[in-house]
Order: sequence, then structure tokens, then C-alpha cells
Amino acid sequence: MTTPTPEVPKSVDGWAKPVDKLSVKEVPSEAINLNVEGRQLAGLVHGFGQMWQKTYRVNLSGVNVTPQEVIKTWKENFPKYWPEGNNLYIPLTGIQPGEVGLINLAAPGGLKLSTGIMVIYTDDVSFSFMTPEGHMFAGMITFSAYEDEGITIVQIQALIRANDPIYELSFRLGFGHRSEDEFWHNTLENLASEFGVQGQVEQKNELIDPRIQWNEVNNVWRNAGVRSALYAPVAAVKNLFRPAQ
Amino acid sequence: MTTTNLTTNVRNGNNGISVIDFDGEVNGFTESILMDAYQQASKDNTHAIILNFEKLDYLNSSGIGLLVTILIRAQRQDQRLLACGLSDHYREIFALTRLDEAIGIYATESEAISAANL
Repeated sequence: MTTPTPEVPKSVDGWAKPVDKLSVKEVPSEAINLNVEGRQLAGLVHGFGQMWQKTYRVNLSGVNVTPQEVIKTWKENFPKYWPEGNNLYIPLTGIQPGEVGLINLAAPGGLKLSTGIMVIYTDDVSFSFMTPEGHMFAGMITFSAYEDEGITIVQIQALIRANDPIYELSFRLGFGHRSEDEFWHNTLENLASEFGVQGQVEQKNELIDPRIQWNEVNNVWRNAGVRSALYAPVAAVKNLFRPAQ
Repeated sequence: MTTTNLTTNVRNGNNGISVIDFDGEVNGFTESILMDAYQQASKDNTHAIILNFEKLDYLNSSGIGLLVTILIRAQRQDQRLLACGLSDHYREIFALTRLDEAIGIYATESEAISAANL
């Protein structure tokens, strides 16, 4: 069966090359690089918990901006649209296939949760990240924009499983999902504001696989949240002795 | 513009193996085409589904996400999912995303059918 012809960008070179282990090129002095270097990508078929597809969308109605312009702006300023207190440290080359970024997320109690991403794909209207072992979820998240009936729509779509039983519990209890949803709602609202739109974010959740993958239970030993909490006293001491800037 | 350029052809064998031929581009806008093809391929006696990518022109990250969804559906039906006809470039993408750990990759359809019969 065939449907009408699209205008989809073909970026065969937009894919990263496979890697056995992640390697971080640049680590700013203020960043914590605890759970990325030497790790594998978590992979789409790995992870412990239920598989969800979560789609967040905002319409940029009333402004004349193309999907390509939105994605260009987003790639150039990606961390700027994140909620305050959360940082992505990406190399100066920016969001390019194969680049590895360090993420330091604001966690309860003033903790910084250290994790990361790898850029696996980019084209003019989208880019995708995969997560390393130990991240909250195993999977892929795609940031894209497209036009529908003359309106540019910006979308974040995550295809994810909680990486281990601790994260799965947080999702089952609700606060894992809530925190994830708030994060991406804020991000899309901030991005829409960049283009002068007070956007209303729509969200759709789909349970792709209700099963638990018990063979992945040992992922818990790499839990980035637990490791970041254990590292917190070390980070505090390091901060005391860091030269003033 | 949310349109697509993908044709699929489903061949149901009498040996419990179905083949889905892809011709064109697999991206986020091809979800309904892929899921329809999977439905056609998945009969009561189907124990293996082979995705034939010989005529694949293009696959983006959203397309990979759709393949994951098909994989999950197949697993829930106790069906094996195999792939053949992938270029070196797309084999690398399966390795990058670690999909090759769950989908058996074979050079030709006949090799995939032999593997599915084991």
C-alpha cells in the first residue's frame, strides 16, 4: 500500500557510528562525569521496566517559522530550554551524530544526578538521543518539528523503559513519570516562548510493552541516581578545593 | 507535510514464516503502513516474520522506533523477528541501537528463512 509522496529529508550521513563504549571529549570543571565514560548505550531492547512511548507536542500557531528553523534553533541552544538547574554539557561541535553529552540534573535534596546522552541521529527536522547504562531509562528520545495544515508543530517522542527496578518503582508510584513529564512540558513551553508563542503542550502516553524484563534486573548496580548520591560528599569536598574562577 | 513514500508487500508462507518487503522510506509517518503490514504478516500459525529491506531507501530514528514497536508485538505473540537485505550502513544502525541483539540479521532472504526454520 502506498500513500502520497512526502517531503522528508534524507540524511543518510545523519547517523552516528556504532560505539562499544562511550567516551566524553570535554568535561567542564563544574560538571560531574560519573556515569557516562566507558559505559555502553543502554539500547532500545534493554532496560527493565514497561516500555512506554510518550509524545509531547506544542503548536507554534500564529508565527511564521519553518520546522527547519525551529530545529536549527533548538540544536544550537538545546540546554537553554531545559528547566532551571539542569545542564547538558555538549562539546563545542554541538548536537552532531556521535557526540556524547554530560547531563547534570537537579535532584531532590540539592543533589546533582550525573548521567548523559549520545546523539545518534540528526537531520534538518529532527535529532535523536540514546541513553547510557545507569540512566533513568533505556531508550531513545527524538526531537522533531513538522508542518501540518500550515502550522509548525514541535514534538518530543520518547520510547523508553525504566532502566532498573528502582526507576521502575518510581514510575509505578507516579513521581518518575510526573518529573519526566514536567521536564519536557517546561522544555517545549520554553522553546515555544523563544518564538513568541505561549504554547499549550499536549501529551499522549502509550504502553507499548507491559512486561518487565527480569533478565535486566542487574542494571540496578549502575543506577546513576544511587551512584550520584554516593558521590555527593566527594563532590562537595572537591568543590571546597576548586580554585575560584 | 505528514506524508510518506513507502510500499510494503506481505508474503505469508505455509511454513509459518511471513515476509514483509519494504520499498521506500521508513520514518515516523509510516506507522500505520508498518502496523498494517505486521497485522497481515501475523497469522495464527506464524512463528517468524522476516523484514526484507533490500529496497529500503531511507530509515530515520523514528523509523527505528517503529521497528522496535513491531519487535515488541512479535515477541508478545511468541514470534521471531528477522531482517535481511540490509546495506552495511543500515547494519551499523542496527548495531548502534543494539537492535541487532534482538532481531536476527541475515544477508539474504533464503538465509533468514533457513534460520527461521531452525
